Amino acid sequence: MKKISQKSIHKYLRHDKKFPHVWCPGCSNGIVLGAVIRAIAELGLKKDNIAMVSGIGCSSRMPVYADFNTLHSLHGRAIAYATGVKMYKPEMDVVVITGDGDATAIGGNHFIHAARRNIDLTVILINNNIYGMTGGQYSPTTPYGDKATTTPYGNIDPTFDICQLAIGAGATFVARTSAYHAIEAQSFIKQAFEHKGFSLVEVISACPVIYGRLNKKGDAPTMMKQMKENVIPVKQYEKLSAEAKADKITKGILMHDTDKKEYTEAYSELINSLNKPEEESNE
Amino acid sequence: MPKTHKPEDVEKLKEGTIIRKDDKHSKMEVEVPEVKSTGDYNKTPVYIYYDWCKKCGICATFCPTGALGRRPDGAPYVPHPEKCTHCEMCDRLCPDFAITGAKR
Repeated sequence: MKKISQKSIHKYLRHDKKFPHVWCPGCSNGIVLGAVIRAIAELGLKKDNIAMVSGIGCSSRMPVYADFNTLHSLHGRAIAYATGVKMYKPEMDVVVITGDGDATAIGGNHFIHAARRNIDLTVILINNNIYGMTGGQYSPTTPYGDKATTTPYGNIDPTFDICQLAIGAGATFVARTSAYHAIEAQSFIKQAFEHKGFSLVEVISACPVIYGRLNKKGDAPTMMKQMKENVIPVKQYEKLSAEAKADKITKGILMHDTDKKEYTEAYSELINSLNKPEEESNE
Repeated sequence: MPKTHKPEDVEKLKEGTIIRKDDKHSKMEVEVPEVKSTGDYNKTPVYIYYDWCKKCGICATFCPTGALGRRPDGAPYVPHPEKCTHCEMCDRLCPDFAITGAKR
């Protein structure tokens, strides 16, 4: 893995914006932003050729600080906007930064249908198990029994497995890692950029100030340590007993399919095939 | 225990941990606990931008060699500069882009 120091990261930040950034102390969003910028710097992509799209939420504040073509859109509609950008400019690298609530609750339909179409978007989903910015409501990924401001006696909703949802919907590159595994996150994001088709990288992150405080998970370093222990590779997970599996989350590349046709390619082929007979008939 | 110092004394006190001249805190009297001196500016292996640091403590917790430590107020400093191997773990795990252990 190529080392990219903070110096080169600062080239990709908007220093005219208010720094230090808006996220709470110990929030993993900054780590993920670092990983995204490192992946882009490693690939040597041009700033002007990248569109960073986001919705509303903590994680969706990210495009404000990154110096690319950015679009800060409606709650849950980031993927819909990104689809528009990609259809108009297929040569652009479109990256969507979204949260767990943003992508799977409010924008759930956009998410599954973008995966079904296999459109070439890179979705980076930061899963912090709660709606942080709007005040700590429970989200579709809040674990069973955990507290949020709208579930003061514990959450009784079963949770989404976002990666399995994406695989089921037809995504062709699905990977999961955590913010603690920042080097791996950089590698997965790099592969997601290189992959042609819908790619999802789910990053398990820590929200020490809202989720951590409500559920007594400890401060930011403690939550990161828990992440280090609980997020484990698939092979290691399969060896565990059923009891030990309860708290664990698998990481790694869960799906990588290069055979399926990409949506913008199929669209341009269709347009070309419709244009040909007209030219012939004109002659 | 933390002592109160005048702004002129702050830089003298922190020879190893760099406090930038345009630091907003340097305009007023600040509480700075005494730390072990770690050499001068160019020799310090880890550069810390105190303007952006939010004192979450992740860098000091996950430093694999123990080169980084925490002051009583939670901010990182470099108690053992000789232990730093420039692995850039603090670079990667800092959410605020406020620390770099890269070779200069």
